[in-house]
Amino acid sequence: MLDFLGGLIIALREVFKPKKTINYPFEKGKISPRFRGEHALRRYPDGEERCIACKLCEAVCPAQAITIESSERADGSRKTTRYDIDMMKCIYCGLCEESCPVDAIVQGPNFEFSTETREELYYNKEKLLDNGDRWENILAANIRADKPYR
Amino acid sequence: MTKKTKTLNLNFGPQHPAAHGVLRLILELDGEVVEKADPHIGLLHRGTEKLIENKTYMQAVPYFDRLDYVAPMNQEHAFALAIEKILKIDVPMRAQFIRVMFCEIGRILSHILNVTTQALDVGALTPSLWGFEERETLMTFYERASGSRLHANYFRAGGVHQDLPMGLEEDISNFCISFPKIIDDLETLLTDNRIFKQRNVDIGIVTKKDALDYSFSGVMIRGSGVAWDLRKSQPYDCYKQLEFKIPVGKNGDCYDRYLCRIEEMRESVSIIKQCLAKMTKGPIKSLDGKISPPSKKDIKQSMEALIHHFKLFTEGYRVDKDEIYAAVEAPKGEFGVYLISDGSSKPYKCKIRAPGFSHLASMDYLIKGHMLADVPAVLGSLDIVFGEVDR
Repeated sequence: MLDFLGGLIIALREVFKPKKTINYPFEKGKISPRFRGEHALRRYPDGEERCIACKLCEAVCPAQAITIESSERADGSRKTTRYDIDMMKCIYCGLCEESCPVDAIVQGPNFEFSTETREELYYNKEKLLDNGDRWENILAANIRADKPYR
Repeated sequence: MTKKTKTLNLNFGPQHPAAHGVLRLILELDGEVVEKADPHIGLLHRGTEKLIENKTYMQAVPYFDRLDYVAPMNQEHAFALAIEKILKIDVPMRAQFIRVMFCEIGRILSHILNVTTQALDVGALTPSLWGFEERETLMTFYERASGSRLHANYFRAGGVHQDLPMGLEEDISNFCISFPKIIDDLETLLTDNRIFKQRNVDIGIVTKKDALDYSFSGVMIRGSGVAWDLRKSQPYDCYKQLEFKIPVGKNGDCYDRYLCRIEEMRESVSIIKQCLAKMTKGPIKSLDGKISPPSKKDIKQSMEALIHHFKLFTEGYRVDKDEIYAAVEAPKGEFGVYLISDGSSKPYKCKIRAPGFSHLASMDYLIKGHMLADVPAVLGSLDIVFGEVDR
């Protein structure tokens, strides 16, 4: 009987300990600056988009989820005309962020981007830039926090 | 007059919760006694080996996370070791310690899951709830180092992706202090518990000879009393510098395998402690610019670094023509990568040796003559994860 009693006692002790669960969606677990969530395209502080269409992310993506088309602008700078990410193909490996020489494509802290239709998960440039604008404060802070290791 | 009897065919899984994933086990039952077990696999087949042939060596790493997704970094380790063996590059000491530390964290992750779900399969709910809390802590460590809780993509040929962030080493060492207490609690609940013992002792016995004949590895062979551990017999990375024991079972039944796993968790904690103590500051990946990508700062300042960066992320590094087998002691057993390179930047062939495959293949031998209720107990002690069995 001792084997049961021993188990029962430590199980009962657990009742009086503080709760370990969190009240999601009102509370969320802590995530680190390196977290690889939803993608975003960032801009420079003056509003110019960072991406220079070097297509490294497109080349390195193991799932081939990124499609880029680019053209030269009137001022001679090369920019993307199309930047699509198929979020259902993406395996969230972080290689796009790692490969980006100008910190344009990043994987942000957002992990709650489920949708009701598949179409909504084909992200285009507009959506990605919009993500970047929305999360810029956190994204910039994360990159700053992780700077010594990059 | 003879009585006519007929065996009954029963599909155990793929939806059965105790089938640990997508196993379809076709059982031939005579009453409640299993006459024959026929595991059907392939429901999670993704063609990893073929896919890797079309990826550069760097791109292939995330695919290894998805094999045994309970301990992702151990798989990456085997692949990284294989590439390093061919390229003959040295891994900095700090990187070796970080890798070994995370491999041991992976081992604890895997063993917690296995021990507690094995208990769940035989009727104990509480251990899994307590165990998953610890897994949560460990996955936070994964996330803080690599950016992802499961699919880490952290190990690279020649080291690891990024150095450990500030404060992580301290938190891991705190975990090493608190975790043995949790193992004690789990043991109080399970080890002497008569229900747990009734369901596991003398179930699924594997003799020493059969364990060798069925090419078992890991806990499956150690449970039968063979002290075979690749970390000791052919040490890779910095395992030579670490002191640890190999827990060995006596009877080779499900209960012994459970005890082995519990002891291995304690050993892993001690290995992590040693790694933290011996870790010194220093580089975390190979300094060879042809293999390791430069830092973001260097890209902005050095033309050579920029060229290397572009070369590495488009074409990848080339690996000399060679054939190599590299194996690690993954939590489930010997996880091996047989790599054939043809001098290009993509592997010619990458064969993956998953320990779970040979364990599952012996299902018929293990379960014959046992009762239907023993099937989950045996399956649980095999430690099957379908990501690696089906590949």
